[in-house]
Amino acid sequence: MEPGDLRPALAVLAPAVAGGLVLASGRRANLRDAWSVLAALAAFGLLASMLPEVLAGRQPATTLVPLVGGFALRLRADAFGLLFALLASGLWVLTSVYNVGYMRAEKEKHQAGYYAFFAVCVSAALGIALAANLVTFFVFYEVLTLATYPLVVHKRTDEAVAAGRKYLAYTLAAGQLLLVAIVGTAWLAPGEEFRPGGFLAGTASPPVLWLLFALFIAGAGVKAAIMPLHAWLPAAMVAPTPVSALLHAVAVVKAGTFACVRVVGWVFGVDLMRQLGADVVLATAAAVTILLASVRALGEQNLKRRLAYSTIGQLSYIVLGAGLGSAAALAGAIFHMAAHGFMKITLFFCAGSIYVRTHKSEVSELEGIGRRMPVTMAAFTVGALGLAGVPAFAGFVSKWNLGVGALEAGHGAFIAVLVVSGLFNVAYFYPIAYAAFLGGEGRLRFEEPSPAIWVPLALTAAASIALGLVPDAGLRFYALAWQAAESVVAGGTR
Amino acid sequence: MAHAEYVIVVALLLLGLHGMLVRRNLVRKLLAMGILQAAVIAFFIALAAKEGAHPPIALDASPRARDYVNPLPHALMLTAIVVGVSTNGVALALLVRIHRRYGTLEEGELLRRLRD
Amino acid sequence: MTRHLPILIVVLPLAGAVVVPVAGLLSGRLARGLSLGLLLFTHLFALGALRVALQAGPWRYELGGWAPPWGIEYVIDGLGGGMAVLISFMGLLTGVYAGPSLRQRSGLQAAVFHALHLLLTAGLLGIVVTGDAFNLYVFLEISALAAYALLSGGGDRAAVAAFRYLLVGTIAASFYLLGIGYLYAATGTLNMADLAARLGGSAPPAIVATAVALVVVGLAIKTALFPLHGWLPDAYAYAPTPAVSFISASMSKVGVYVLLRFLFFILPAEGVADRVLDLLSLTAAIAVVAGSVMALAQSDLRRMLAYSSIGQMGYIVMGLGLGNAAALVGALLHVVNHAVMKSCLFMVSGNVQHRAGTWAIAGYAGMGRRLPLTMAAFVVASLSMIGLPPTGGFFSKWYLVLGALERGAWPYVLAIVTSSLLTAVYMFRVIEVAYLRPAKPEDAPRAEAPPAMLAPTLVLALGVVALAVFNQSLVEGVLRPALAGVGR
Repeated sequence: MEPGDLRPALAVLAPAVAGGLVLASGRRANLRDAWSVLAALAAFGLLASMLPEVLAGRQPATTLVPLVGGFALRLRADAFGLLFALLASGLWVLTSVYNVGYMRAEKEKHQAGYYAFFAVCVSAALGIALAANLVTFFVFYEVLTLATYPLVVHKRTDEAVAAGRKYLAYTLAAGQLLLVAIVGTAWLAPGEEFRPGGFLAGTASPPVLWLLFALFIAGAGVKAAIMPLHAWLPAAMVAPTPVSALLHAVAVVKAGTFACVRVVGWVFGVDLMRQLGADVVLATAAAVTILLASVRALGEQNLKRRLAYSTIGQLSYIVLGAGLGSAAALAGAIFHMAAHGFMKITLFFCAGSIYVRTHKSEVSELEGIGRRMPVTMAAFTVGALGLAGVPAFAGFVSKWNLGVGALEAGHGAFIAVLVVSGLFNVAYFYPIAYAAFLGGEGRLRFEEPSPAIWVPLALTAAASIALGLVPDAGLRFYALAWQAAESVVAGGTR
Repeated sequence: MAHAEYVIVVALLLLGLHGMLVRRNLVRKLLAMGILQAAVIAFFIALAAKEGAHPPIALDASPRARDYVNPLPHALMLTAIVVGVSTNGVALALLVRIHRRYGTLEEGELLRRLRD
Repeated sequence: MTRHLPILIVVLPLAGAVVVPVAGLLSGRLARGLSLGLLLFTHLFALGALRVALQAGPWRYELGGWAPPWGIEYVIDGLGGGMAVLISFMGLLTGVYAGPSLRQRSGLQAAVFHALHLLLTAGLLGIVVTGDAFNLYVFLEISALAAYALLSGGGDRAAVAAFRYLLVGTIAASFYLLGIGYLYAATGTLNMADLAARLGGSAPPAIVATAVALVVVGLAIKTALFPLHGWLPDAYAYAPTPAVSFISASMSKVGVYVLLRFLFFILPAEGVADRVLDLLSLTAAIAVVAGSVMALAQSDLRRMLAYSSIGQMGYIVMGLGLGNAAALVGALLHVVNHAVMKSCLFMVSGNVQHRAGTWAIAGYAGMGRRLPLTMAAFVVASLSMIGLPPTGGFFSKWYLVLGALERGAWPYVLAIVTSSLLTAVYMFRVIEVAYLRPAKPEDAPRAEAPPAMLAPTLVLALGVVALAVFNQSLVEGVLRPALAGVGR
């Protein structure tokens, strides 16, 4: 079997190898941290090198061993996958730097294992992004599930262990549902790769397809934290903040939403979704999640848990876009993966920065913090404005497209959800920013933690603005999103 | 009765099973196991039997096969008997060990001593 | 010499069982070396025979020059050859593993262990290569006798457990023998190929049905199919680790092999086999869940592994019962997977006992640091037990789920999924203790198991991964050819 273009495989392999090297380096901290950063840069570089080709419509692919039932372990960079992979690896570069600052400042134990599993998680996320078929996808999906567990229980406290159990209970059960869905799909359409517009239409009767769809969405919905399958995510916030940042804002939960969009656009196809009536069901579930999560976020007093509920709501924007299924809605949803990634990681970085400096984690304790940590809180404000969907920030671009998409799809009512959710975002972030800068006592000082912490968060905040002003600059996320969305819609009508 | 031998086989079989399941003494269980094995052996021998046939030893009589009982089950059962003897040997060795350690071969008593 | 490969596979370990105790009188080391050498050659011969069988079709060997169906013949086809390779490989590894645990014993005692080990190997190999139903019974009993003796080597409780196993095993074997008697009465032959030909014809259905019932019940006891599993937990829980690693990997699997041989190769596809298979798959579906539930309740690791075997054997028998191409591939793949991973897990329990002196799950606190490689092997094998990629167990589950879907057997899919999750619960419970609970005492030193125990453990853990990576070569290269033309 010809492997083909090796870059997709190498990009997935680089972090995994780094994980091994980290373990081998043991207690030599500098060497160990260097491996992470190097691997992050290598993976990012490999992926970025494929960007021009993918934009030109080509899809670099690697085929490795045959797996089962006509499926091979095959990695392929299409526009959608490359967007997610670029996002995950790009943010991993920054997170690796941030990690070093955070973990050393906190003097955390078991750092070698921590970095190793972190790297494996990124490897799995890249594998998910680049998987060319459902079996390859599932392999990496389960690896991600497992590799995240040690990070969740990292602190070894009873609370962490309990959170770990909850995490495993949800994600392993979801994995089984997904497995049945994937075996069922493989049975109906053996050996099919992800195809824009889907390949399941006409393979089975509507009830069977409905069942498969339900299994898919239930399976992927746990990681995507669609309510009522979300309870593991706030519990998992017990993990160290960089874990929450990259994994719970970018890699793990995004892998769930990524799966939803992949299944809708590349397995079922929007036309089949409409025929089944599944599109409205999915969009409604997402809309309900958006609103409920916003309400819950408002009630949470712990900063990280509030961010977790915010994540639950924001991710459902993406699922909503998939449910609406028009080109603009899909483009907005896919772009929101990137936009939310940058904004939410900024917020988590900020939460970690505050925690490292002050060991405060409750919203009520943050009065006047902005005058002590101006960079952190400025970045926080940027992230919050972005999530609320204020123009000139990244979140606006995705919301605008989602709104246009809702009209295109003939479901204009969902625009109301976007607006209400935006107001809620303001409601739960505004008090934090207000209290940080204008509440409490004290004058302006500069008490930021080490540059390894505040430089990454300033960068992601800057990126959140840049994506809002010029969405297509740099890594061309906007172009990738539209290319992916249009391929799905065009594939459906073919 | 046309097939009295099979009735006896079934009776022996049930007797053996009953003993193995119900008896509380391990030696009795083992003896019951012997009965079970004997039942199976008897079954094969009964299969080989024919009305008015000779033992399968070619002396001067007719060379026609139907004048002899079927020799194959006999040969098979010789092997089965050897197997049975070996099984009993292993079982007895185990019983000796159990008795040395626990001083009893009564199941209830043995269970009590195992629990301690 | 190559002409006699099929018989050498059996004769080599059988002769070894006689010679090794004599060698043991001279030196325990000589006995061990001799035994391992013989096992290695047996394994190589089995590999060679499988190769021939896959390339040139079934290899028939007439014993003593008597032409079948009058004489006994050995037949190595893809199925039997594959089983022989698996058995001899596991025999070799567990033989290596036994080394350190026998070091305190005298040379003769060590030699007796190796002799029994060889005898067990010979019996199991005989079962899978013979083409004669009665000869199979003899090998069944040879392997069983060796197993009773081996299992009883774990102390006084083990002797009681072994005696119980002996009683139950003898009932099972008697049932099998009776069933053979009925088949003989119906067809007048004991050669498997001949049986298959004649049973397709005008054999009286009532007699055949009785025969099948007896054979199936006998083998169900041997494979510890729920609810006939009562003998297994005690027998496994008190046995010496090398013995139980081998027996759990091979003996119940051989029972499955015989079931497969009878139900798919000997009996005609229509009629009684069909109903038996439906019943078997239903029973197995219950076993799959019940075994996992019972495993959950255990606080002793070996006992937990023993109960989990009952559930895992359920997967395999369920695959047989479903009986379509995908499910049969899944069943056979799981035979291999379960042999490798369960043996690995038992070895891990032995390694930990060797260093920390405990079998209790609660005693595993801190083992992740004290025996890092051993526990890494445990994690890998656990993932395979649950059926998660990237391990071999995932692929057998894939085929089983596919087979169940193709039959529209949704409840069975549910059983598989439920059992996977229960398995996750009881395996992760151990992982959690081993990695997240601090060791007692806190400063217990890192102390891996001795190389002779660690190496087989790691080989099997790597095997679990290799079975995932190369599963397609195994399936397409061996299993599908072995199953060509069978199934319902």
